[in-house]
Amino acid sequence: MSEHQIHLRINGLSWSGAVEARQSLADFLRERAGCTGVHLGCEHGVCGACTVVVDGRAVRSCLMLAVQAGGSEVVTAEGLAAPDGTLHPVQQALLEEHGLQCGFCTPGIVTTLAALTAPGRTPSEEELLAALSGNLCRCTGYQGIRRAVRRLARAVREVAS
Amino acid sequence: MKPVPFDYYAPRTVEEAARLLAEAAGGAAVLAGGQTLLPLLNLRMSQPLVLVDITRIPELKGIREAEGGLWVGAATTQNELLESPLTARLLPALARAVRHVGHHATRNRGTVGGSIALGEPAAELPATAVALGAEVETYSPRGRRRIPAREFYLAPYATVLEGDELVTGIRFPPWPAEHRPLFAELARRPGDFALVGVVGALAVAEGRVERAGLAWFAMGPTPVVARRAETLLQGAALADWDPAAVVEAALADTAPFDDHHASGEYRRAVGGRLLARALEEALGRREAA
Ligand code: FES
Ligand code: FES
Repeated sequence: MSEHQIHLRINGLSWSGAVEARQSLADFLRERAGCTGVHLGCEHGVCGACTVVVDGRAVRSCLMLAVQAGGSEVVTAEGLAAPDGTLHPVQQALLEEHGLQCGFCTPGIVTTLAALTAPGRTPSEEELLAALSGNLCRCTGYQGIRRAVRRLARAVREVAS
Repeated sequence: MKPVPFDYYAPRTVEEAARLLAEAAGGAAVLAGGQTLLPLLNLRMSQPLVLVDITRIPELKGIREAEGGLWVGAATTQNELLESPLTARLLPALARAVRHVGHHATRNRGTVGGSIALGEPAAELPATAVALGAEVETYSPRGRRRIPAREFYLAPYATVLEGDELVTGIRFPPWPAEHRPLFAELARRPGDFALVGVVGALAVAEGRVERAGLAWFAMGPTPVVARRAETLLQGAALADWDPAAVVEAALADTAPFDDHHASGEYRRAVGGRLLARALEEALGRREAA
């Protein structure tokens, strides 16, 4: 089994070290980088809880090897709020619209929405909802999440106009 | 839920990738976007000794206008294809279909070549390549090949690819700019594999169908070309074509299967309705005479 030296940035900090070839990006982030906000629901691409942002794009970290993230910029749910604790607009919208209950699915939802509403992007409400079709939530019944999405879609349009 | 240990290689050229595959003598798996392979590894349904990651090979990347049509590198992600202005301009029919491949987050990693090479019978991309008359470009130590997509698929997950042969790109032929995309599928949730679907394009000029490309997915062991329907549509006048006959001809080429999601009979019934609706959308309504 091969080991590989990788360098990457995680939530703005550099990380260098050796990883086992078979280690998933999700396990790497949780066990080696301390990002336990990366939640593993299914480990085979169905639930979306493990979603993180790699080079600006939302991806499932259970379906990517750590070694494949070498050279990348990774953002997890931990990396979204400002250092002083001010929530990311996506987190704020979910909070205000009751878009979470137990919070297990939430890291995947915030990372997906954060990537899609990054500065310069103006997704429609429909596009955001379509993207969230890949994220399962067992608690909320999705209505609070939908309201948060509506609020976000409006906000990105206001910023753009 | 952890893969078995394996060795990982990320070659920079197709020659090196093919050599690694040949050396592993069947013990290697090709890793592209990993959106199908990683679940299989995690579930240990696949236990390779060697993983050859082809996503760092520059030759396999990109989307270009080529021979009037569209060339798509095998390691291009599905979302790159979806977002490319070239796709929207040259092949609206392809743009229409890619939107339905998996979910947003899986399209960010999943590749076009990976989907084509896997040959999942219910997947959108293989059927789209077949419908539009694309060619699959490959590399092996014996040379490069261009294989018509219509001759590429043998059975579920089985293609004419040899053990040390790699898909390098997909070449879509030119379609007239004003071709009409045709797409319809039924899936249990957005992003799921289809229970039944149909995809294609119709080129229309002077009130007649000049060229028709049509294929089913999840309606047989491989993507199914609706040849009889293509023949019927070819040259048909928009003012006078027979929707029922086209649907019947299209269904005649299918071999729908039973599984725990749907029976073959159900697929046939729903497939017929989907195609009728998609044709109507593409060609305009035809009242039954
Ligand atoms: S844990 Fe990755 S998609 Fe469920
Ligand atoms: S809040 Fe509990 S799973 Fe979504």
